[in-house]
Order: sequence, then C-alpha cells, then structure tokens
Amino acid sequence: MGDLLKRYGGTLTGAFVLLTAFWLLMLIILPNLALFETSFRPYLPVAEMGGPRDVYSADNYVKFFESPGPMSVFGFEIAVPLRAQTFLYTVFYSVVVTVVAFAFSYPIAFYLAKVVSPKSVPTLILLLFIPLWVSEALRAFAWYIILTLNGPLNAALVGLGIMEKAVRWQQGVFTNYDAIVIGLVYNYILFMLFPIYNAMSSLDTNQIEAAQDLGAPWWKTHLRIVLPHSKPGIASGSVMVFMLAAGSLLVPTTLGSTRSNWFTQTIQQAMLESQDWNTGAAYSFLYLLLCTVVVFGVMRLFKVRLSDIAR
Amino acid sequence: MGAGIDLDNVVCDFGSFRAVDHVNVSIQPGEFFSFLGPSGCGKTTILRMISGFNDPTSGSIRIGGKDTLGQRPNQRPTALIFQNLALFPLMTIWENIAFGLEVRGVGKAERRAKAEELLALVDLPGAADKMVSQLSGGQKQRVAIARALAVEPDVMLLDEPLSALDLKLRQHMRAELRAIQKRTGVTFIYITHDQGEALAMSDRVGVMSQGRLQQVADPRDIYNNPVNGFVASFVGENNIFTGTVGATASGMARFDTAHGQFRARLGETGGAAVKLYVRPEHTLFATEPGVENSLPVTVTEVAFEGSFISVHAHSDSGASLVAELRNDGGQMIPETGQKGFMTFAAERASILPDGIVRAK
Repeated sequence: MGDLLKRYGGTLTGAFVLLTAFWLLMLIILPNLALFETSFRPYLPVAEMGGPRDVYSADNYVKFFESPGPMSVFGFEIAVPLRAQTFLYTVFYSVVVTVVAFAFSYPIAFYLAKVVSPKSVPTLILLLFIPLWVSEALRAFAWYIILTLNGPLNAALVGLGIMEKAVRWQQGVFTNYDAIVIGLVYNYILFMLFPIYNAMSSLDTNQIEAAQDLGAPWWKTHLRIVLPHSKPGIASGSVMVFMLAAGSLLVPTTLGSTRSNWFTQTIQQAMLESQDWNTGAAYSFLYLLLCTVVVFGVMRLFKVRLSDIAR
Repeated sequence: MGAGIDLDNVVCDFGSFRAVDHVNVSIQPGEFFSFLGPSGCGKTTILRMISGFNDPTSGSIRIGGKDTLGQRPNQRPTALIFQNLALFPLMTIWENIAFGLEVRGVGKAERRAKAEELLALVDLPGAADKMVSQLSGGQKQRVAIARALAVEPDVMLLDEPLSALDLKLRQHMRAELRAIQKRTGVTFIYITHDQGEALAMSDRVGVMSQGRLQQVADPRDIYNNPVNGFVASFVGENNIFTGTVGATASGMARFDTAHGQFRARLGETGGAAVKLYVRPEHTLFATEPGVENSLPVTVTEVAFEGSFISVHAHSDSGASLVAELRNDGGQMIPETGQKGFMTFAAERASILPDGIVRAK
C-alpha cells in the first residue's frame, strides 16, 4: 500500500482502491449476500412477503434431497434424489469435458511450446483464437447444425463408409450427453490450452534433451519431465474448464437431448420458469459449494496446491 | 571403457549457413579431446551431432567404429553435459543421478545404491535427498557429471560445463574432471572457448574457426607450433609483423618488414599472405642490441603482474611490442621512457599464414 502510494501518488492510488472496492463489494459481495439471504426465505405470494409466514428456514436446501428416483451406479440400482442425480451427472460430464479438453490440449500445447519454430507461434495462436471471435451462442448452434441428422458430420461419416446410416448425435450415441460434451470441449478448450502452453514454454528445452540423452524414450520424457513441469498449468486449466463447463447454461440448453439435464438448467427452471428465486438461490449456493468441494478434492488427489494455480 | 570417435568429412548446414565445414578427426578411445574456438565456430554443433540432436548434412560419424546414421540420442552410447547442466529441478539429487537407470528399468534399491556410489565418486556424499535448488554451482556441476556417468557411457560430451563457475572453482573442477576421466577411462570430448582450459586439460586440442578445424595437435604443439595466425592468436598473445618472405634455408627464412629484417621459422604458408608471430614471453627487453631480430624501442608502459612483468614499448619505426619477463625475484625492471632493444630468438618466431584454413 505504501509502495503503491509512493509509485502512483494519491489520486491514482485512490482510484485503484475505490475501483477494486466497488468491484468486490457492489458486483460480488452484495449481490451474493442478497441471494444468500433470499435462499433461506420461503417462496410466497407478494402479499404475504414480510408477513407471519416469511421466516428463515433451510427448507429450500432440503428440496435438493427430496423426491428420490432410481439411478444406476456401476450397475447397481439405487434411489438418489432427482436433483442430486442431475448434479452428479453434471459433475461427471464436466470432468469428462475437462479430461477430453486436456487430451487435446496437451499435444497442441507441446507442439506450440517446444516443436514449432517460435516465429510461427503468433500465427498459430491467432488461428486458435479466431473461433472465439464468434459468440458462444453461435458456436453452440454451429455444433447443433454439424451434429444434426442431415448434418455434415453424418454426411461425411456415411459418405466415407465409416458408418452405415446417419445417427441422432444429439440424442446421444454413447451417452445422453455426447453433444453437450462436444460443445463444451469446443467452447472451453483454450482455457485449458493456454495455461498448459504457458507452463511448457518455461521448460528449458535442454531438460527434454537431457532426458533423451540419458536414454529416455519419448513417453518417459513426457511422463517424468514435461508433464510434472506443466502440472501448475494443467491444474489451473482443469479448474477453469471444469467450473466453466459445470456453470454453462447455453450449451446444455442448445445441444442437450431430451434425456440430458444439466444442473444449471435445474436452477434456471426454478428461477425463471417457476419464478421461485428462493429455491433457485438455494440450489445455486449448494451448487457452488459442492463444485468447490469437488475441485478441492481433486486438487488434493493430484497434490496440487492453490498457489500452483494462482501462478 | 571409452570408445573412439571418427568424424569423416562432416558437414552441417543450417539453411544457407554452413556451421560445420568438412571436419575430419579421429578421437582415440579414452582420450581427453577438446574442441576450442570462439562462439559460433561450430564446436557445439559438432557436439550435438555426436550426441544425435543434429544430423550431419553430409559425411559420417562413427562411435566405436559403428556408423551412427539414424541413431537417436537415446540410442547412442554418449552422455552430454549441458552448458546449463539441465538438472531436473523437480527430482531429488539421487533421482537425477539415477534417471538414466530408471529409464533402463533398474530397480529402485539398486538405483539408489548406484546413485550413492556415484555421489561418493564425485565427492558429494550425503546430498542424495536434497533438491537441486539447495546445491551450489560447483555441487550442481558434480551432480551433472554423476548423472552422465550413471549410464556408463563410452563417450562423455561436455559443452562448456565450467563457464558458469568462478575462477577458483573452475580451476579446481578442471583437475577434478581430469581425474574422473583418468579413473573411468571414458573418452571425454570437451567444448570450450577458454584456451587455458583446453590446454591444461586435454590430451589433444582441435582449434576451430568458421566451421573448419584449423589444427589438431597436443596442447604444446598448438601453443608452440600453431599452423596459422588464427590459431596463434586464439591460444595466446603475439607480437605481429607484416612483411614479405626473403631467402629461405632449412626451414628458416628471412622476413623483410618496415621495421627491419628478421629471421624466423617458416611455416606452411601455401602461398597465402603471411605475418611474423612471436609470443611476448619469448620476447626479451635488453639494454644492448642482440645479434639478430633486434629492434630499438622506447618503453611506454610497465605492468607488474606478479609472476611476470609486462613491458610495452614502441619501436622508433612505429611498431608496438610487448615483452613478458618472468619475475625471478631480482632482475632489473625497465622504467617508462627507458630506451632499449626488443629481441627474440629466430627459433621462437614463426612466419605463418595470416588467416584461417578456408573451405576448398
């Protein structure tokens, strides 16, 4: 703070502090507090708001655990509350999105950081960025068209003789969530690619050569040298992609099948279709909490510290 | 045991730039061989070609008599010590050293034992569980050597590994490297731009310039009998005269210059432009003229360097000369402005081609 004052003077420092405070307080803390308060109140007609029935309770949160339905987990049929089911599917397929995005990003990042000549990197990065110039909604619709029954993907696969007849990708060929996973990977892959690329760029090429010189085959070099060095980038990329995927509403709505349900859609239904902001707010906070638990759990599992991600 | 290396007409081009130009040399098994030259002379490219990171554009490289064509770095019996060492910062010291063994599928207990053994060899016991960042420059150096030795290479390739160390440590590590080389019998190929390092450590030195090998010889010959002006200047200081060769007789020649007539050994000139080179420590300052190769001068500067005294002088004809007099503890030290004579023995002076060996 003293440093800041010395370097930029009173006016600029004041502006920095005020803008940051405004951003934190008005745009993050207060709206969330208001929503948090709402989540503990019952959904009442306007006339009864503030009346004797308007008391704080955890009823809205309890709804998450109500109305159990059958769910098969590893072949076992068990009763799981419907909304918890949606949550579990959302988390599972968000993890799938993260893993798929990583599988594509790692080789591309390595190619950009260590293989291609540094002169052509800006061009390649531009090429990667161009799809982002189109809005997220249009990109989701583009995939809607690609995956549709008479769309180009089916035409190409049938034309090449890989498939015998066209399939309904959006209704799910492998799972009910195929199209959603494809759309989410496409939308968020750069959030995985660039942190990994950054981490890999800082790896001294001599380390790779040293490993090869000591007899390591390419996969061993990656496993022991490149991958451990890139871990902070992989971690922050994964957290971003996971959170963005789990929080996406547009892609699951556009590309979802009749049998898919994303938890953001559940919240949207509560808030906009039922106009029940209280329940929607409760779901939102529960969702935030549970996703945070998942992220920290996975970080624990892979021995990643928060400071690695913030870098 | 070490393997011999043969470079046969090796050429390496990067685009239109010829980094290595028809290099021929045979390095003996167990030899300590140095490539010496200024930066950009192609010596690192030679090292990278031997280790397999670059391919020769033409020519062949044989290690232990076997052609290396198509062999990847991880298939060659060589171990490279990088200029920046390239230790793995995320591994402990012993894991670093045992990495080559891990790759070869050696069990953990055996790897650990071998790492400890090598740490003892490089005089660094007890460092096994430390991280790379906890070691000093000299200690990292030793770890890099141990890591390379762990894979029991036939050839060790060293790319200026001492350049990052301070002078004292560098001198110590020179002796250490030499001792390790003698103990293990591995062929060492050493890259450096430091002529003192190359001369002090090597069995033989190859001096390079502009991609071409200028001279391959033992350190004494490199210093005392350089083949051309480049080698003479790169490995030490010289007093240089331009002029023309006069009458020759049994390897000696008269040399006519603007500063007078001298007599000196005649090198292989090959018809190129020549100069006369004589080292400062072979030049004497005297109050009386000698029988030959003597030039009247006025002393312009005297620097007392400790083990020797450096006398700078101007001849009456305008030539600048330096004489380095060994400090025997009691001789007369010339003073600035003093008149006298710079002399040198004809056997210590050489008439050499001015430039470098160029592409044919």
